[in-house]
Amino acid sequence: MTSPNRLNGGLIDRDQPLNFIFDGRQYSGFKGDTLASALLANNVRLMGRSFKYHRPRGPMTAGSEEPNALVELRTGARHEPNTRATTAELFEGLTAKSQNRWPSLKWDAMAINDRLSSFLTAGFYYKTFMWPTSFWEKVYEPIIRKAAGLGTLSHQPDPDNYDKGYLHCDVLIIGAGPAGLAAALTAGNSGASVILADEDYLLGGRLNSETHTIGDESGADWAAQTVAELQTMPNVRVMNRSTVIGSFDHGVYGVVERVSDHRPKPLTGKPRQILWRVYSKHAILSAGATERPIVFENNDRPGIMLASAMRSYANRWAVTPGKALAVFTNNDDGHKTAVDLTTLGVRVTVIDSRENAPSSGSYETIAGGRITNTAGRLGLTHVEVTTTSCTIRSLEVQGLGVSGGWNPNVQLTCHQRGRPQWDEALSAFVPGGVLPKGLVPAGAANGVFSTQWALRSGQQAATEVLGHLGKKSETIAFPEAEDAPAKIEPFWHVQGAKRAWVDQQNDVTAKDITLAHQENFVSVEHLKRYTTLGMATDQGKTSNIAGLAIMAEVSGKNIPEVGTTMFRPPYTPTAIGAFAGRSRDEHFRPVRKTPSHFWAEEQGAVFVEVGMWLRAQWFPRAGETHWRQSVDREVLQTRNSVGVCDVTTLGKIDVQGDDAAEFLNKVYCNGFAKLAVGKTRYGLMLREDGVAMDDGTAARLAEDHFVVTTTTANAIGVYRHMEFVRQCLFPDMNVQLISTTEAWAQYAVAGPNSRKLLQKIVDPEFPIDNEAFPFMACSEITVRGGLRARLFRISFSGELAYEIAVPTRYGDALMRCLMKEGEEFDVVPYGTEALGVMRIEKGHAAGNELNGTTTALNLGMGRMVSKKKDSIGSTLSEREGLNEDDALKLVGFKPVDLANPVPAGAHLMTKGSPVDAKHDQGYVTSACYSPNLGHHIGIGYLKSGDTRKGEIVRLVSPLTNVDHDVEVVSAHFIDPEGERLRA
Amino acid sequence: MLINHPILGPRDASEFVYLGDANLIHRPDWQAEDALAQFTKYGYLRDNPAGEHRELWFHEQGDRSWLIVTRNTLTHEISKVEMARDVASAEGRSK
Repeated sequence: MTSPNRLNGGLIDRDQPLNFIFDGRQYSGFKGDTLASALLANNVRLMGRSFKYHRPRGPMTAGSEEPNALVELRTGARHEPNTRATTAELFEGLTAKSQNRWPSLKWDAMAINDRLSSFLTAGFYYKTFMWPTSFWEKVYEPIIRKAAGLGTLSHQPDPDNYDKGYLHCDVLIIGAGPAGLAAALTAGNSGASVILADEDYLLGGRLNSETHTIGDESGADWAAQTVAELQTMPNVRVMNRSTVIGSFDHGVYGVVERVSDHRPKPLTGKPRQILWRVYSKHAILSAGATERPIVFENNDRPGIMLASAMRSYANRWAVTPGKALAVFTNNDDGHKTAVDLTTLGVRVTVIDSRENAPSSGSYETIAGGRITNTAGRLGLTHVEVTTTSCTIRSLEVQGLGVSGGWNPNVQLTCHQRGRPQWDEALSAFVPGGVLPKGLVPAGAANGVFSTQWALRSGQQAATEVLGHLGKKSETIAFPEAEDAPAKIEPFWHVQGAKRAWVDQQNDVTAKDITLAHQENFVSVEHLKRYTTLGMATDQGKTSNIAGLAIMAEVSGKNIPEVGTTMFRPPYTPTAIGAFAGRSRDEHFRPVRKTPSHFWAEEQGAVFVEVGMWLRAQWFPRAGETHWRQSVDREVLQTRNSVGVCDVTTLGKIDVQGDDAAEFLNKVYCNGFAKLAVGKTRYGLMLREDGVAMDDGTAARLAEDHFVVTTTTANAIGVYRHMEFVRQCLFPDMNVQLISTTEAWAQYAVAGPNSRKLLQKIVDPEFPIDNEAFPFMACSEITVRGGLRARLFRISFSGELAYEIAVPTRYGDALMRCLMKEGEEFDVVPYGTEALGVMRIEKGHAAGNELNGTTTALNLGMGRMVSKKKDSIGSTLSEREGLNEDDALKLVGFKPVDLANPVPAGAHLMTKGSPVDAKHDQGYVTSACYSPNLGHHIGIGYLKSGDTRKGEIVRLVSPLTNVDHDVEVVSAHFIDPEGERLRA
Repeated sequence: MLINHPILGPRDASEFVYLGDANLIHRPDWQAEDALAQFTKYGYLRDNPAGEHRELWFHEQGDRSWLIVTRNTLTHEISKVEMARDVASAEGRSK
């Protein structure tokens, strides 16, 4: 296949032709091409449609700053929208599709927007879709959403892996152009550990796009040799395809390495991308500069691009957008494009806005000229030039290079507190304000534009940094290189242009900026948000300065007075997958399994996530078709004989030391100092504001040794809180804490036969009859002939019950042993649902009741808060507002019509009162069907509930259509006297 | 962000849990005449300085020590890191 626009030379490998498909048509390019350069080689200039007006667009740049040439790359699950054709490396079989057009790129129905443009100016949405209000959500927004936006998603899971990595270095060098390479060589020679990162796959920066020489060799050859030399240094890590996306506090940088994006799919075992977190002592910003356009009428046609991009395509990729070209420039740099392309045999005319423009014998220069319009519906065919004498000339060209000067790439200096400052001589912002600590800008990123001085600047930056590191540096004598002064005369836009694009990615025109100013959006931050200038994915890399210049002009200020908006990470668009890394799907967060998890799986348990834990919810048996059947059976069998529940997930904290009891006195509102050794006590922990935080038990195993339990969900927070109390509030107490949640597997054994079952496994030297081991006893024991264990006679179910703990690795064995030994009692394993039913039947509070708004008083434990001692929360729990006469009290509810449920979350109203928040009497916190009582029950909070037992109140939940009567009863539905647990 | 732990050296901030104003170590005397007023102030009133701020960080994924970090809220510069226990002890927050 012929490539009509391919020139001679370039850094492409003509021995490796590659086939690819764009919009269904097959083309070919070479290894080393980007999708954009290969398409241009095939005379395809039209690559996409614009965001708002659906204008035909082609590549404006040859790099990551590209606003226009965004395509959908790849197919199937790897399909990726909004990929820049200018950075997508060509590979065999690459498939790309243009986006934001229908039915085709050449005939796009939504291009009607372009005809309607006079209505679609800045603030159009705000002004037009204001009325009627209800139309916004139902009519306008869906239409606008459909019309706007660029590419579409595949709606399939990303099949690739993304990794995260951590690197440490003395010096991170950002950008491998002449300044970066000089810095890397200087720092590398000194022995410092260096990371050199560049977003391009070919290192060298502009050296690969220019015809400059360094000494006797071409810039590209010098770059390649320098890179090769750096790669031999063990202390230097050279990273290509690696974009430094952000500068963060204390020398931390984010770097995205595109490991596999240049391949059809990642090699086996390789990630697609790696997000590196680089901890650097110093950094050198040698990220180069980005050329900026001049704004003129119809400046967005395919074929119009930055002059430097035109030069890159010609010199690096051996491509021209056509056989006749023009360059529109306000500075000397634009002439380089004319020189290079003329040398390659392309006819070039230069339009230089300066009347004293340099002239050349090899191409025509129109000094003082302006481009006042362009033509060509799907690609540039003519440019209209107005000369100083006001004559109009039409030039037939296929490509136009535009050069408005260069902007140093200051973005990373702004990610923290830096504010760029205006350099009048360069007519550009250079790094300014407070730079990230340890960062030194060099080369073009610091406004040093010639190759010669970029090399020196890189070396100087490295020398400065090495001085801080206390390392010696040797001065390298670099060969002579290009040293042309940057001569520029500011010229931002052609007067009178209306349909002149400033921000091509968000379709913001010069007229929009003028309009914003007329409507009094005079602050640059307002301008940005009203017009969306610079808010596209390119963050205005090519558009911001022209926008500011026009703003300055209409407001009669200069550019530094107008100011600039902030750049924020990431430097270039970054895949969300890179931020997620491996933390996706089931790996989004760790899953915790208890020691007897696999046993429970064997039983067919249904699991529920509690915190990160998986807990058995119920154990279905053959013939059970509804979870309630399983749960009812587990509850009844436990209350009738014996059941076992895995309670390993409860938090366990070991508290040891001479002051252990005194310490617990501080963290629990009730007293622990007098708790006898061998006894356990319920403890309620308050927050300092007097609200209940968590509850659990503390078992005193020795004078100076307690074992505290917490709820599963609060295990981490309670430990953190206890450490705060210990270290920050009572630092001189002799007490130590350690979380032992993972060290012990713990099981509740509940029911009238629980003692008989345990007696079969607890070693005989530890009697556990009611006298030797009464309610609330605790002891360190052994089971099964010497295995150390802990036994607590505590009951959440209200039955005669124990909790037995063994070292984690014996959890599975203990569970199997309990099941086997319990066969004669028809022992049943029960899950969290049955656990919940039994605790509601018993009226025990849990997370639903300790919901962050309730106090000890609300829980009916007001008298537990000791007034004789200081504890966390004791003082503020005496606040007036928490102690009102009609405070909420925990009570039970029983439906009047026993067929009715008592749904949790429903609110309580006095009979006959209106149903509104003002008359609210309380709410149901926990509810269940009680298989022991044969009807639904609930517990919850009711104003003065403790004095209202027997009253019929109205239970309402307007959202779920609940409205029926319930009777206020004691929350203790089962065994209110507590005889069973003391049996 | 990096926090230079007095014992463990520089550690990434992601290992820590943030609590807030280090004044939380100045818990009032529960037996004071105006204990309720003092505790209300202690519990609810915080300074919000633009500049140096002493704050509590917990090294949860490390040695579980509470640290008092002096951080400039404008620049994130950390000028001092102390063990909260040492500070509290030196201030005479005793049992």
